[in-house]
Amino acid sequence: MSKHNLFQKVWKSHEVGTLENGQTQLLVGRHLIHEVTSPQAFGMLREKNLAVRYPERTFATVDHIVPTDEASEPYSDPLADAMIKELRKNCDETGVTFFDVSSGKQGIVHVVGPEQGLTQPGMTIACGDSHTSTHGAFGAIAFGVGTSQVRDLLATQTLALSPLKVRRIEVNGKLSPGVYAKDVILHIIRKLGVNGGTGFAYEYAGEVFDNFSMEERMTACNMSIEGGARVGYVNPDQKTFEYLKGRPYSPNESEWDSAVENWKSMASDPGCVYDDVVYFEASEISPTVTWGINPAQAISVEENIPEPEHLTGSEATSTIEALEYMKLDAGAPIKGTPVDVAFIGSCTNGRLSDLEEVATRLNGKKVKEGVKAIVVPGSQIVSQMAEEKGLDQIFKDAGFEWRNAGCSMCLAMNPDKLIGDQLCASSSNRNFKGRQGSPTGRTMLMSPLMVAAAALKGEIADSREIFPS
Amino acid sequence: MALEKITSVSGQGVYVPGDDIDTDRIIPARFMKCVTFDGLGKYLFYDVRYDSDNNLTQHALNDPRFSKASIMLSGMNFGCGSSREHAPQSLHRAGYRAVIAGNFAEIFFGNAINLGIPCVALQQSERNSLAEIIESTPDTEIKIDLVQREIIANDTRFTFEIREGARESLLNGKWDPIDELLSKAEDIQKVASSLSYS
Ligand code: SF4
Repeated sequence: MSKHNLFQKVWKSHEVGTLENGQTQLLVGRHLIHEVTSPQAFGMLREKNLAVRYPERTFATVDHIVPTDEASEPYSDPLADAMIKELRKNCDETGVTFFDVSSGKQGIVHVVGPEQGLTQPGMTIACGDSHTSTHGAFGAIAFGVGTSQVRDLLATQTLALSPLKVRRIEVNGKLSPGVYAKDVILHIIRKLGVNGGTGFAYEYAGEVFDNFSMEERMTACNMSIEGGARVGYVNPDQKTFEYLKGRPYSPNESEWDSAVENWKSMASDPGCVYDDVVYFEASEISPTVTWGINPAQAISVEENIPEPEHLTGSEATSTIEALEYMKLDAGAPIKGTPVDVAFIGSCTNGRLSDLEEVATRLNGKKVKEGVKAIVVPGSQIVSQMAEEKGLDQIFKDAGFEWRNAGCSMCLAMNPDKLIGDQLCASSSNRNFKGRQGSPTGRTMLMSPLMVAAAALKGEIADSREIFPS
Repeated sequence: MALEKITSVSGQGVYVPGDDIDTDRIIPARFMKCVTFDGLGKYLFYDVRYDSDNNLTQHALNDPRFSKASIMLSGMNFGCGSSREHAPQSLHRAGYRAVIAGNFAEIFFGNAINLGIPCVALQQSERNSLAEIIESTPDTEIKIDLVQREIIANDTRFTFEIREGARESLLNGKWDPIDELLSKAEDIQKVASSLSYS
């Protein structure tokens, strides 16, 4: 029998046929929607008089625009208020399940899906959101789509797509203390570039990924798109199955064993062929920080900010542009860069283990005066679990604001925004110009513990020095 | 509804230099608070077109010489970042009918083709020559010929690249796949019921 990788197997089992232009018509088994990229799609359906064909395969939540400090509607921002009401109406009318704010299950779509057990191995999953790659942590083929494709999914549950090549990325060895999944993925993107993954699905493997928890795998898969790969996944294993056991939408007791059998069969066959294989050594990875305006512009916290004089061609040009925007000095150590804001949250690092890792190490330390530090749980369930463990109190005692669930300052479509050229140490995934709500605002990406270190010190700091283990 | 067969796009060009121009730059997130795409054209590249006091900047899109442009030329990895279709929608609504770049981020590319906006890739040296033509003679009519895979500007011709499937769907008026997808309802049902999950 010939050997196949997970991508090929999942693709094959969801193929409906070949379209006239040669693309595949692919069935998408799970469709997730949120308030920003779906209302226009529902509008297009109405215009064409089309129904939602498989409403039971679509699940909705609201995340981008929800304020994290006001709970009741109407929201003070009338545009945001109109958006949540529009989603509610669209779900009501079409029979799509909506994890509304009142359900206690609302949160960032990429946190909610796994949490509810909606994300399972061997599935195809799409959402009008580029970080849908997160769900690949479970061995699903999950990718972001545009709004016209959200319309296609609602109307037909299928998409017109071209298959991807598969690059296996192995990270072997053992990570040093203080080095997290976030550092691993920033390192991979730094080395392979922001468009290195164009046309590829990334299969993450090796000891480091084997040892990662499901939440750590999600952090890494989440940022696949930042390396240009629309899909990133980890083969399902015992950890995946354990995570899924007993979740609301997971297979029940009687279906469980056959589900697990099926999931196991989806994993890449040993000895199967890849279009490319890349190896990294865990020991080379340190706590990593971005200094520029794309996620590949990253260095270890011990390094100095790059000097354009030492670079050539487009790399030199983009470094000059980035340093000018970031108002950073070429050649200076990145450590010691003053920060104004610290943000812990987002679909990259807003899960319980992220919050726990920080809270359990705060140990009575305090946020530096003048730094605005906020913690935004990825979902209402994360928030509730954290509160049951008393993490909220630890954060508050340390001087962090403890907020309600949502995307918040990751892209600032709600009231949480940078002001002017504030510099933010952020556990999110994008450091593009203006990403955090101010056209001149500056973002430096790092792990949650590095964000906390920056919050306490008031400047970029090495978390290993601030929180010695 | 039959779609237009897009065999070529002609118009004036504008050069927006830079690599990795992300969709947050093309349309900042705060303008995505909308339930329709109408009116997005005016927010195209907003944060680089206006300074903090809301004055127009030196950006090429503010330059009256390029005000009639309908073809945008840019650098590598155009449209990276967010999957927001708001980005190609705002380009389209601002009058852009094609983009020429070094290469394109995948989701952006798919979204743009879906709207009938050809995205074609040119080598750096040819992008430089084309940029020079646009800057020195803004009135030059640029033609993107999808049949011949050529960009023609004055007497200069450049061969571009575009994914074959995308080219064919533009040429055949099939760039929006919805009707073809809908026509396969029975096949869809078959695959849907064969899945191990519902
Ligand atoms: S947390 Fe950020 S990246 Fe994730 S879905 Fe929300 S806005 Fe997008």
